[in-house]
Amino acid sequence: MLKRFNLKAWLLLLPALSLLIAFTHWPTIKSFWRSVTWARSDAAPAKFVGLENYEILLEDPVFWKVLENNFWYALGTVPTSIALAIMMALWVNSKIRFTGLLRLAFFTPTILPMITVANIWLFFYSPNIGLFNQLLAMIGVTGPNWLGDPDIALSSLMIMTVWKEAGFFMIFYLAALQTLSPELFEAAKVEGASAWRMFRKITFPLLMPTTLFVLINALLNAFKLVDHLFILTKGGPNNASNLLLYYIYETAFSFLDSYYAATLTVIMLLILAITALVQMLLIDRKIHYR
Amino acid sequence: MDSIWFQRFSKFSAYLLAIVWVLPLLYAFWAAFHPPEFATKFSLFAPLTMENFVSAWDQAPFFRYMLNTVIITTIILFSQLIVCTLAGYALAREKFLGRGFAFALVLTQLMVMPEVLIVENYQTLTGLGLVDTHLGVGLPYLASAFGIFLLRQTFMTVPQELEDAARVEGLSGLGIIWKVFVPLAFPTYLAFSLVSVSYHWNNFLWPLVVTNTEASRPLTVGMAIFGAPESGVDWSVISAGTLIAIGPLLILFLIFQRKFIQSFMHAGIK
Repeated sequence: MLKRFNLKAWLLLLPALSLLIAFTHWPTIKSFWRSVTWARSDAAPAKFVGLENYEILLEDPVFWKVLENNFWYALGTVPTSIALAIMMALWVNSKIRFTGLLRLAFFTPTILPMITVANIWLFFYSPNIGLFNQLLAMIGVTGPNWLGDPDIALSSLMIMTVWKEAGFFMIFYLAALQTLSPELFEAAKVEGASAWRMFRKITFPLLMPTTLFVLINALLNAFKLVDHLFILTKGGPNNASNLLLYYIYETAFSFLDSYYAATLTVIMLLILAITALVQMLLIDRKIHYR
Repeated sequence: MDSIWFQRFSKFSAYLLAIVWVLPLLYAFWAAFHPPEFATKFSLFAPLTMENFVSAWDQAPFFRYMLNTVIITTIILFSQLIVCTLAGYALAREKFLGRGFAFALVLTQLMVMPEVLIVENYQTLTGLGLVDTHLGVGLPYLASAFGIFLLRQTFMTVPQELEDAARVEGLSGLGIIWKVFVPLAFPTYLAFSLVSVSYHWNNFLWPLVVTNTEASRPLTVGMAIFGAPESGVDWSVISAGTLIAIGPLLILFLIFQRKFIQSFMHAGIK
């Protein structure tokens, strides 16, 4: 275990580290710096303005709105995707017929581009001719304006997100389920345990490490998955379905204010840092069973 | 307690959910292969047509978009495989001061994905004069923390004796990586490649930001413009366009379904 300067190791790491630093670490630092400066345009020299951008941020109703939306979006999509993913994995792993087809059906959304399938969802959601409202009309219900009503637009986005994600998370549960020993369940069956009891007392606790992993990924996705907004709602109506990353994009590339966009980026980075911290704490508290 | 009714209900729900899950795709097929007046009407007697594909193909430069997507995905994958192999080997097999720090630097990218840093990365790209180029779209992704992590985990399991034996044979440095480690890690390479290709085939936000013209625009960005309500294209043509866009990946997926799913599982377990 001779620890010393190792030129070969650093040379091997050089390409990876320089790329990562150039496009992850350096822009992170630059975002912090840009957030305390301001200029009339990107061409003009920026001057130091202290926390002025953050004062604007605190007064910005749209910022609070997107933060609130992102909170509900995470709360609405993360537990639902996880619950569905577990159910799907249990089904695919069970002895019912056509499990291959089930697995294929659940997994397919994962490999479809969000942006192109959003076009199809746009049709499902459209007010009069849309599939959902046609189906509802069959049972005599007048469907809502899925994307145009500020009260439901965000929920409509959530439904599509869950559809897109659940099958992806299923894969991780499926992998975990296949490592569980069948004897465990045989024994429980001999004891006369019901399916629900077996799930609650054996399967679910043993899946805990997977759940933690999926939870973190689902949380990250709740902040970075905004592709469908571009097609479905563009954050509207009146920011009712706007999310932080989409607002960052709008600020930087529609309103052309890279300084305020950097300030918003810093908030996003802080949220990601907190997520990372929570993850480490959870791992420390031995949610792991292994 | 688990009655036969519970089992039946469970089975029924499973099939129902599966049907709901493929509905968007089924609808796309329906609308694409039938005349526009059947896009919102479902009838068994609707005539089949290829007309929608023809007009979709005429209305957007799909071939160009697809070529761009293939070029971008190839640049990214090729670079990732090399860069991640070298870094993964160093982190797995070399002992040196600062290894923990280097690994921590790498892992940061798992949390802070390039998507989040579009503002600064766009400035960097402007500075480099790489806006609206294939390389520009790929640049922030040329090194992948996920790939480095996967390969490190795999390389760590290679027995030391193999490496020593190769050294006795006269192999050194890169030769050992190429002749010993790369072949042994083949399943990991395959898994990572499939995950990476499907990620970048579908990536949207960053390509949207850095491309301005048909010359570099990938399929996803092209489809967003094509499908925008302002462009006045009808559902049937959009569906046909969607199928053209997802076609290659979907066909690959259906053929290598097992491999794909196993790969995602393999990548997930590490």
